[in-house]
Amino acid sequence: MRSLARLRCVLPLLAVLLVAAPMAALAVDDPAEMLPDPREEARAEAIGAQLRCLVCQNESIEDSSAGLARDLRKVVREHVAKGESDRQIIDWMVARYGNFIRLSPPITISTLLLWGMPLLALLVGVIAALRVFRRRSTPESAPLSEEERARLDEVRRDA
Amino acid sequence: MSPELGRFALALACVFALAQAILPLRGARKRDRRLMALAPGLAVGQLLALVAAFACLVNAAVTDDFSVANIVENSAVSKPLLYKITGVWGNHEGSILLWALILGICGAAVAGFGRNLPSALRARVIAVLGGVAAGFELFCLTTSDPFDRVWPAPLDGQGMNPLLQDPGLAFHPPVLYTGYVGFAVPFAFAIAALIEGRVDAAWGRWVRPWAVAAWSFLTLGIAMGSWWSYYVLGWGGYWFWDPVENASLIPWLSGTALMHSAIVVEKREALKIWTVLLAIGTFSFSLSGTFLVRSGILNSVHAFAQDPARGIFILALLGVVIGGSLVLFAWRAPSLTTGGLFAPVSREGALVLNNVLLCSLCAVVLTGTMYPPFMSLLFGKTISVGKPFFDAATIPLAIPLFIFMGFGPMLPWKRAQLWPVMKRLWAAALATLVAFAVSLFGLSGVLPILCATAAVWVIGSSVTDIAGRIALFKAPLAQSFQRARNLPRAVFGTAMAHAGVGVTVLGLAAMSQAQHRIVEVHVGQTEHMAGYDWTLTGVKMAPGPNYMAMEGTIEIRRHGHLVTVMHPSKRSFNAQNQTTTDVAIHTNGLSDLYGVIGDKHGTDADPTYVLRLHYNPLAPWMWFGALIMAFGGALSLSDRRMRVGAPRRAPLAGTVAAQ
Amino acid sequence: MSDEQQRNNVTRRRLMMGLPLVGAGVCGVAFWKMLSGMQTGAFNPHDINAPVTGRPVPDFTLVDQPPGTGFAAADLRTLKSPVLINFFASWCIPCIAEMQALLDLQKQVPIWGVAYKDKPENAAGLLKHAGNPYARIGSDREGRVAIDWGVSGVPESFLIAPGGLIVWHSAAGLDNEDVRTSLNAALTKVAR
Repeated sequence: MRSLARLRCVLPLLAVLLVAAPMAALAVDDPAEMLPDPREEARAEAIGAQLRCLVCQNESIEDSSAGLARDLRKVVREHVAKGESDRQIIDWMVARYGNFIRLSPPITISTLLLWGMPLLALLVGVIAALRVFRRRSTPESAPLSEEERARLDEVRRDA
Repeated sequence: MSPELGRFALALACVFALAQAILPLRGARKRDRRLMALAPGLAVGQLLALVAAFACLVNAAVTDDFSVANIVENSAVSKPLLYKITGVWGNHEGSILLWALILGICGAAVAGFGRNLPSALRARVIAVLGGVAAGFELFCLTTSDPFDRVWPAPLDGQGMNPLLQDPGLAFHPPVLYTGYVGFAVPFAFAIAALIEGRVDAAWGRWVRPWAVAAWSFLTLGIAMGSWWSYYVLGWGGYWFWDPVENASLIPWLSGTALMHSAIVVEKREALKIWTVLLAIGTFSFSLSGTFLVRSGILNSVHAFAQDPARGIFILALLGVVIGGSLVLFAWRAPSLTTGGLFAPVSREGALVLNNVLLCSLCAVVLTGTMYPPFMSLLFGKTISVGKPFFDAATIPLAIPLFIFMGFGPMLPWKRAQLWPVMKRLWAAALATLVAFAVSLFGLSGVLPILCATAAVWVIGSSVTDIAGRIALFKAPLAQSFQRARNLPRAVFGTAMAHAGVGVTVLGLAAMSQAQHRIVEVHVGQTEHMAGYDWTLTGVKMAPGPNYMAMEGTIEIRRHGHLVTVMHPSKRSFNAQNQTTTDVAIHTNGLSDLYGVIGDKHGTDADPTYVLRLHYNPLAPWMWFGALIMAFGGALSLSDRRMRVGAPRRAPLAGTVAAQ
Repeated sequence: MSDEQQRNNVTRRRLMMGLPLVGAGVCGVAFWKMLSGMQTGAFNPHDINAPVTGRPVPDFTLVDQPPGTGFAAADLRTLKSPVLINFFASWCIPCIAEMQALLDLQKQVPIWGVAYKDKPENAAGLLKHAGNPYARIGSDREGRVAIDWGVSGVPESFLIAPGGLIVWHSAAGLDNEDVRTSLNAALTKVAR
């Protein structure tokens, strides 16, 4: 029910690309939307980099030239100027658009596997490697036959 | 050279491929030399048929044959000749044909270079490649026919996206595909080994050059794609963590692991089962990544027009290729012998660690890429996984990898001690310390500092390794030179590839400090950024062949001296009703000055222009490093041991043939 | 090593070697479900799924968009019967495509329109040309009200239950059969 080929108008209708990098690339933006205080502007940019442009691909709203991204940039700057915390601004966005808008998903039960993956993969890898070291240092296989030894020597000589 | 001839050639190639898949396999099983001997001929025949089919499509594109649907949709009379040719693979149907062609080249290459392989192994490898090729050619013929006709034929085509009309992008797909498809050869070797029930040192040595070659192409392909997005898209970025990019990074990571674990198979007859799995996995990632992107499952702009029949066919093809090979793996791998003594501190120990870290990285990128569709399917929740996640999750795994990269190549095989190696690396360690101090001072952010330091360590240890081996400054120069000449090229290749990684990482770390500014200026106005004075001295309208350009002139001075004059422009294409920005980049090898011109504001009497100015330190190093990596790979390939020294396999006696 | 131990080892090894197959199989089934879901519309990887259903309408005020009159949050909160809110624009082709469906639908439920980032004269022109399905129309010139509603593009529609609760939401055009079916289901539920 949720939409077949949903033609969204805000998305500039771009020819489909074969390789590399999303489209809707940043045209030059309006400098008027930047905050006068460079520190506040830097903070706004950092927050914007965490928020996904809803109508483009994995771009952040800071990197996108889509109209909605520009609106959201403005909203972020207004809230920064009001002195709201990063957390408050991101929560404001999530309240409207859900977690889809966060480029870095919150840590919850359902994203535990995602955030835990670096540790999990490393753990599995280290355990497997330790098993390899332990197993191999106690020779369990039969000693090499004459032919095998000859081949091994040949291989080593070439190396 | 009519399209029908092309379709016929494609069908012929498919017949060849089917024969290539069946006959030699049967021959190897029955030990029938005649059937096995058919394999090279069939592979070459298939390649010739594919070349003919491809030539027909190129011919149709060059001669503006608008009775062919594919040409109508992607070409136009006004398109420059170069892009008419490269546009052939700039769309779904054509790219599948290119994919099949490269697979055909791989098959013929195994037939040509694999003369020293045992005939049964060669027959099986070529047969597996034939089977995969047959699948692609069937896909091409049934659901993605590039030779479909339209009636009535229109007078002109619909043209091509102007962003794609770029030399960098034109040659990016063939290079990238050669990387992807190249991993089909190690895959075929793995399948053949599973059928034979035998993996040994010789197998490791035969697989390695193919993996290195594919890896070099993939490295270049990824770098070209990233470079293209840097200089075409015009916002100074170079990597988006888009599913399409991740789809190329995942096989690159597992392929890098494969390249290294194959060394352990060759030298120590260990990690055999793991290497076979990596060979299967790398090609599976290459296949599924590209096709998942095209099926539209991954949320990416790169998805081709979705055709359900296509999606189902692709999935079936993936099921047969990946599922089939994993069934074979589950069935036969347990009977492969394991062996070799292992000590943690040794070359092989370092290579195991390399595999652990690379595969962890691979798992992280894979999970991050696939998490959103799975969340949506299983829980109906939508989430996004982007740059902040990937940065946070991958860099902490990458830094230890860089640290161990320094030690690894210097450790001797079997049993090593760390201390002597550390002593040999004192120069690199010193350089690293200096780099750490400098980056503490010059860079902001913990991760950039650590990355830059690690990068210097990688480069330093690679240089120290080579210097130590040729006794540079310890022996007379002439003697060092003689030693260098006698040093195997593969050693240089390794050092270069590792140093290349360091160079790329250094570029990435420095780019985290890039500065940019968006300004609105009058002509003649000067902006100061990153120690440079940027002056817009003029703007003019310049008509192009199929667009209108607004071209600005920016003079950049440093301390009053003219550094460069750049001409960024903004092009409006009437045919596609689209504008593109033409970035101006001035590089001195250490940094890029990057200028973009945007909208015109104000009145015609008093116009102002929006400019986006970037200062990108060490930006060229990111791609230069990739070039060095690929060159290192090529250097290793040119080592005579890789080509002619391959050991002859001992008779089967004693080893366990499959049950 | 005892025979039994060895046999256990071999079994474990076999199980381990089957793991990649199991993993690939699970992924394969999932991909198949996704692909078939994409055909029926049950699975859409581009869906944003803004969490708006089940919530009260946000605070907002919209100025008049001729030929209609604007409205505010209070108007929706004091409703006695359901209303369909529809964000549209004259520059949006799918919006024009769904106009006929809206004209049919307004006999069933009153539709209030919001002209999103549109010049008043252009929006008025569209309604003159294609017919006006809206009982009231407000203008969201800057697109800021749309953000509070979680709108990411046009057309987008919301069903408001009496009291001002958002009970149904679609980011797809109402000319789509499936979307209308689900809207009808929501309408029956509200009526009950």
